[in-house]
Amino acid sequence: MMSEAEAKKPAGKKKFELDDRLKAYKGIWVFIEHERGVLHSVSLELLGEARKLADKLGVEVAGVVMGVPGETTRSFCNEAFHYGADLCYLLEDPLLADYRNEPFTKGMTDLVNKYQPEILLLGATTLGRDLAGSVATTLQTGLTADCTELNVDIDVRSLLATRPTFGGSLLCTIQTLNYRPQMATVRPRVMPMPDEDKSRAGRIVEEKLGMIETSIITKVLEFIPDEMQDKPQLPFADIIVSGGRGMKKPENFNLIWDLAAVLGAEVGATRPVVQSGWVELDRQVGQSGKTVRPKLYIAAGISGAIQHRVGMDASDVIIAINNDPNAPIFEFAHYGIVGNAMTILPALTEAFKSHLATARKVG
Amino acid sequence: MHIVVCIKQVPDSAQIRVHPVTNTIMRQGVPAIVNPYDLYALEEALKLKDEYGGRVTVLTMGPPMAEAALRKAISYGADDAILVTDRAFAGSDTLATSCALASAISQIHKDMPVDLIFTGKQTIDGDTAQVGPGIAKRLDMQLLTYVSKVRSINIDKQEIVVERRSEGGVQVLNTKLPSLITVLEGTNEMRFATMANMFRASRYPLKVWNREQAGIEDITKIGLKGSPTVVSKVFAPTARSIKAEMIECESGEPKDLSVTLLAKMFAKYPKLEQEIAKQA
Ligand SMILES: Cc1cc2nc3c(=O)[nH]c(=O)nc-3n(C[C@H](O)[C@H](O)[C@H](O)COP(=O)(O)OP(=O)(O)OC[C@H]3O[C@@H](n4cnc5c(N)ncnc54)[C@H](O)[C@@H]3O)c2cc1C
Ligand SMILES: Nc1ncnc2c1ncn2[C@@H]1O[C@H](COP(=O)(O)O)[C@@H](O)[C@H]1O
Repeated sequence: MMSEAEAKKPAGKKKFELDDRLKAYKGIWVFIEHERGVLHSVSLELLGEARKLADKLGVEVAGVVMGVPGETTRSFCNEAFHYGADLCYLLEDPLLADYRNEPFTKGMTDLVNKYQPEILLLGATTLGRDLAGSVATTLQTGLTADCTELNVDIDVRSLLATRPTFGGSLLCTIQTLNYRPQMATVRPRVMPMPDEDKSRAGRIVEEKLGMIETSIITKVLEFIPDEMQDKPQLPFADIIVSGGRGMKKPENFNLIWDLAAVLGAEVGATRPVVQSGWVELDRQVGQSGKTVRPKLYIAAGISGAIQHRVGMDASDVIIAINNDPNAPIFEFAHYGIVGNAMTILPALTEAFKSHLATARKVG
Repeated sequence: MHIVVCIKQVPDSAQIRVHPVTNTIMRQGVPAIVNPYDLYALEEALKLKDEYGGRVTVLTMGPPMAEAALRKAISYGADDAILVTDRAFAGSDTLATSCALASAISQIHKDMPVDLIFTGKQTIDGDTAQVGPGIAKRLDMQLLTYVSKVRSINIDKQEIVVERRSEGGVQVLNTKLPSLITVLEGTNEMRFATMANMFRASRYPLKVWNREQAGIEDITKIGLKGSPTVVSKVFAPTARSIKAEMIECESGEPKDLSVTLLAKMFAKYPKLEQEIAKQA
């Protein structure tokens, strides 16, 4: 941390100069994450951010694709180009069939050492965090986790990685000055999805992993996929109706479900509601839950604590229902109704129902 | 079997308040607790000890007051506790922290070989989930993150089978000991402290190690010097410039309020109306 004394030095102070060795590091990389043949959307969101940063720095964006040899793996390179990458580093090897820390760490660190990017971004998923932590330690460089905002200081070519701190009550900006690459992870849905441009193409740089199975100690015995059908998919829902502790009783939560049913919405909740067992963990919105960006977010009986807010702030339209006119949620909602959620919710459900009925007749 | 569990003392973030004017953290009176995620790691270690025998050592790096966290762990049933504390560690980021902890673990290993290292998934103050992977890499150990279950351990063959959470499912992995495991929350429930262990905790002679005793020679690898990242700014989230438009109507009836809301909202966001019609 910069000390007070340093910060107050008069103008003309010695400016931070990047080491010559570090000046060689150029370009912004995004780790392209995929599992079971499906590309993780967080990688595309990161490409959008990388593009903006790269344009400021005047450098290229590269995707890093690692996987088994074949069409599917190669198709991820094309997808990366469509979302902003100029080139992709491609590692194809049967050893990369399932994610394992050892081969992926080696693959990534070898690429970094050879091609020297100045910034490396990964999704803050279980895979991305596992890989990022190992790569950063192996390379002895700085890593900032769960960033909510990325920018660059062009003068010193430094990544400004902003993240919540102290339980989300404050934000801090973290820099990695004297080390390269500068690494950061970002949670899914925190950054907007960039537009796809199918006309974009790029070049592929192929490398070898250079490992044999017998040298890898950890073996995958089995993969048990989640039952996706009945798992709530909040991060991608267009409409979410959420309830908080102000709903008072688990039975009252039916009012949330009723409104959600009429709207074809997902149901969300605050942490106390999840901890009381009214709904499952996958429905928790916020810092220790899911980040969502729906077109409409309806919050009933939710105070709007910062830990909840960070997970839903990016919603296009927020409606808040709370019986306390001073509830913090009214500071950032778009529409507010002061009143008892137990009477407002059924009325709102009816209003939407009849509105939709007429809209359909007219339309 | 010897398991080392890394725990951290953290401020109870639920009770942290930010000074409304100066935007600084008001730490006074905020109780310090054991990082909640680390309790899952400790309980998992204690369960394995119940099943396979052996010892559980808890390790923390922090200020002298972090002693309380170690005593708490002993009251739950940990056998030994080591506090690594030195002014030289001040300002450590995750890279420097994992360096110090890895070195301390190497020292512990000299006294009694270590088979497993457990950490929590993440801390509630640092929140990075990097210290575990960092320790594993420095000690050149197999790393298993987000483990939701230890299925079995074969001590003779020095093998362990675990279930690991991945994005779309659960990976069942087999690896060799020694390895480092970061334990997922909700894996288990912390046992109650027994009277005997609480008594033991209060009298247990903690091992307190300074930098040298923790085996750290290179001071450029720890503290501020060993931390690549610097915090350049701390600030409060910006308030949205426009507050919510409050919906009111003459009758104040829920029905009229709802109708007013929809009319206003759809007038301003006509596309939203189409979206909803599409979904419903
Ligand atoms: C490290 C950490 C991580 C956290 N992560 C999360 C997270 O991911 N997600 C999350 O949500 N929280 C999280 N929290 C908790 C968060 O700080 C808040 O405690 C929580 O969001 C509050 O939930 P709530 O709004 O449901 O309850 P409360 O804060 O109790 O608010 C209830 C609201 O309901 C209103 N109300 C009461 N009765 C009625 C009524 N009849 N009609 C209408 N309104 C009524 C009240 O006025 C009040 O505003 C976290 C906390 C910490 C410390
Ligand atoms: N100072 C510390 N002392 C002991 N263990 C720590 C310390 N910091 C982090 N850890 C361990 O590393 C895990 C991840 O921490 P973090 O990277 O800060 O999220 C925690 O759950 C702890 O088990």
